[in-house]
Amino acid sequence: MSRPELQAPPEIYYDDTVAKKYTQNSRNQEIQAQMTYRALELLALPAGRPSYILDIGCGSGLSGEILEEEGHVWTGVDISPSMLEVALEREVEGDLFLQDIGQGLGFRPGTFDGAIRFVHTLDSYRYERLMLPVFSISVLQWLFNAETSHPTSSPPHRLSRFFTTLYAALKNPSRAVLQFYPSSDSQITMCSTIARRAGFGGGVIVDYPNSKKARKVFLCLFVGTGSYSGSTIAEEVPRGLEGDGEEGDMDIDEEGEVKFEKRRERERKRPSEKKKALKIRDKEWILKKKELYRKRGKEDVPKDSKYTGRKRRVAF
Amino acid sequence: MRLIAHHILACHAKGCTSNNFPLKFSDVESQNAEAEFSPDFLKGFYPKIEWNVLITTAKEKFIKFGEVSLPEEQPNLEDLDEETLKKIHHVLLEIDVITGKMSCPNCGHIYPIMSGIPNMLLAEHEIA
Ligand SMILES: C[S@@+](CC[C@H](N)C(=O)[O-])C[C@H]1O[C@@H](n2cnc3c(N)ncnc32)[C@H](O)[C@@H]1O
Ligand SMILES: [Zn+2]
Repeated sequence: MSRPELQAPPEIYYDDTVAKKYTQNSRNQEIQAQMTYRALELLALPAGRPSYILDIGCGSGLSGEILEEEGHVWTGVDISPSMLEVALEREVEGDLFLQDIGQGLGFRPGTFDGAIRFVHTLDSYRYERLMLPVFSISVLQWLFNAETSHPTSSPPHRLSRFFTTLYAALKNPSRAVLQFYPSSDSQITMCSTIARRAGFGGGVIVDYPNSKKARKVFLCLFVGTGSYSGSTIAEEVPRGLEGDGEEGDMDIDEEGEVKFEKRRERERKRPSEKKKALKIRDKEWILKKKELYRKRGKEDVPKDSKYTGRKRRVAF
Repeated sequence: MRLIAHHILACHAKGCTSNNFPLKFSDVESQNAEAEFSPDFLKGFYPKIEWNVLITTAKEKFIKFGEVSLPEEQPNLEDLDEETLKKIHHVLLEIDVITGKMSCPNCGHIYPIMSGIPNMLLAEHEIA
């Protein structure tokens, strides 16, 4: 089977069936969890203090739940209504947006400039106040597929729109860590070139570069320089991990062990301890989500069938 | 969508680069959500708040969901007492918009909200 992103646009590929399978697959949960912890490590957030994190291509919220456990508050954007619907069903705490990142992000550019006038702000908060850490797991590769011949559909245009609006929303200093699955080195180059043109510093990190299976590529992008989590954001990019990645899978090293414990704890916690979600959401969403895409002028949205909404856990 | 998320939103339609915040609510239905109170989180987010926007939005549309009597002027971070923090917490994290519309004050683009999820998708001709 060819790579998912070659088969269909993301909002079509991640339909109800795939979104469910994707989320329930325990191997997948494990891999996404490992990458989430690694991305958090690379983000190097201020220790011991909850942050407000943007999850780009949040999908069904697998990463979001880990962010919640770590005490963070998050907001996610995703293009697939089916993935977002699974996130609703799973009662994630983060706020969700239906958004195509290739169209640019709808976040207030210079969001954090407004804060400058609070000159009495305590020193320790001075830098965090300008910061919206961003994180993205397994998404960017989707931007390499042109959906239509419209100029705004070309991969360079979409990447550029994404990085430019992301940069504008961040202001300085901040970090964005984006793991993705490039199909070639030229895709890595294209991403980092366009990110740099948008204003970002930073670079590419490759974990387990020699393992075909465990190799992971991260863009670790910096906005500005200055103090952040007590240290200076050097222009220096963190180093990739060596080896074959097995320590992440097995509980060989201490860290891996800890992560696994967390994972188990999470399984135990759900769903009883979760706060009651607003069930009202689910029902309406199922009925309306395809309409969203028809309105947007997509021809390839599957027509409603008798299967629409089938087997869905409907509230009330 | 809770008000904290609304607070960082702006219109991103083609050519819309100024006066595009805050998106204006209409036809909203909201609910009270429950979120864990974290003074640390709030203090970290606090300086990002556009105070006028937040209290105006809360008062116009959502005040009935809580006794939100926030001061007109944003208190200094170091002056915040727990009571005020709790009010800010409520407004930012416990008012959850389920349906409605948000319109751009500049270009008028409407972003619908359904099942708590704003639809930020643009039509082809609206993409910059
Ligand atoms: C492999 S999944 C990863 C989901 C989630 N980050 C995780 O780790 O479980 C890829 C996600 O990217 C989303 N995606 C792809 N292209 C996108 C775009 N242009 N805008 C927003 N989301 C997109 C898909 O809908 C899908 O949910
Ligand atoms: Zn606008």
